[in-house]
Amino acid sequence: MYNFEFSKPETIQDAVEAMKSDGAQALGGGQTLLPTMKQRLASPESLVSLCGVAEMVGVCEDDAGNLSVGGATSHAQVADQAAKSYPALAALAANIGDPAVRNRGTIGGSLANNDPAACYPAAALGSGASIITNTREIAADDYFTGMFETALAEDEIITSVRFPVPQAANYQKFDQPASRFALVGVFVAKYADGVRVAVTGASNGGVFRWSEAEAALGGDFSAAAVSGLGAPSGDMIEDLHGSGAYRAHLVGVLTRRAVEACGG
Amino acid sequence: MPNVTMTINGREMSTEVENRTLLSTALREGLKLTGTHIGCDTSQCGACVVHVDGVAVKSCSMLAVEADGATVDTIEGQASPDGSLNVIQQAFQDHHGLQCGFCTPGMVMSASALLKENPKPTEQEVRDYLEGNICRCTGYQGIVNAILAASGQDVAIAAE
Repeated sequence: MYNFEFSKPETIQDAVEAMKSDGAQALGGGQTLLPTMKQRLASPESLVSLCGVAEMVGVCEDDAGNLSVGGATSHAQVADQAAKSYPALAALAANIGDPAVRNRGTIGGSLANNDPAACYPAAALGSGASIITNTREIAADDYFTGMFETALAEDEIITSVRFPVPQAANYQKFDQPASRFALVGVFVAKYADGVRVAVTGASNGGVFRWSEAEAALGGDFSAAAVSGLGAPSGDMIEDLHGSGAYRAHLVGVLTRRAVEACGG
Repeated sequence: MPNVTMTINGREMSTEVENRTLLSTALREGLKLTGTHIGCDTSQCGACVVHVDGVAVKSCSMLAVEADGATVDTIEGQASPDGSLNVIQQAFQDHHGLQCGFCTPGMVMSASALLKENPKPTEQEVRDYLEGNICRCTGYQGIVNAILAASGQDVAIAAE
């Protein structure tokens, strides 16, 4: 990879300052960015490591029933620390990549990259989470704007992610066995005011909400309620691992499995 | 060039690196600790797994500058100073957990991380934990048997 300037600030304020330099790029755990840089598909002029910002690491609950996850919290830490308060989120984190990747990769890095087959975008959109940055709060519904695209400004840092904890939730991931990304993944979360269904891995537009399933499950939270639905419409990913029709079919299958796993 | 200081296998060591130098390269070329292998360099194969501050990481996917000040454990620190193998290494030898040996440093370091977290894993838990370590020789059965044996479990029963 090409060389770059490197800094490792210890506070959010210093990280924000460092991100103001030309060509600066935030570095989370580097499990996507470093392989991308090795292939010279990215060549930032400077990297600002966020792993040393202690205030961005860890999981905590507030009185309103929300779970806050620091932007630099690793998947392994979420798997461990969210296990009691939000088991579906912890289980999702515990099945990303492999153990060594989970020890480095971070939630902020995953959400900032917005890979169309990544797991965390499904959890954030499916939970109606808020992406909290150094300047503002972005609702998940407004945050994911397309494949590898988000509402983040170039110098903006995800400091934490706030998840409203649902009554029941489950994530079903159909692994692409070589990459361990989701061929399709579906996150279902049941709240007092409705059900959210978020789908990753399937669409060329990145993670999306399956509104027909949400409406059906809102009236009757059971696998039967979604079994009559046609496959979601949209621009499905087609590649050697699966056709668009196959992925669309999987969305229905995984949604039913997720609802059943929630006890519905 | 930046100077990186780490406590490696209990000894403080320093080496000069570039910002872009990977931890795997710093260990192998800077510090001549060539037990850590680079198989794929794309974070797929796990031959480069070392422990940084107590947790397993792929050293080809971490910058050396990120490890400045860290405690790093590599395959070189696993045997006793007199050369006698640790329980996991010995089990790999006893249960044919290696053929060519290229993946073995990463396998042993992953196994050691697993047994620290989960001292009596099931066969399925061992296989799940090794998801990020690829072996092209053994078909994994010998490796799984070795790790189960190293955890003090009866391999013949556990493999059924």
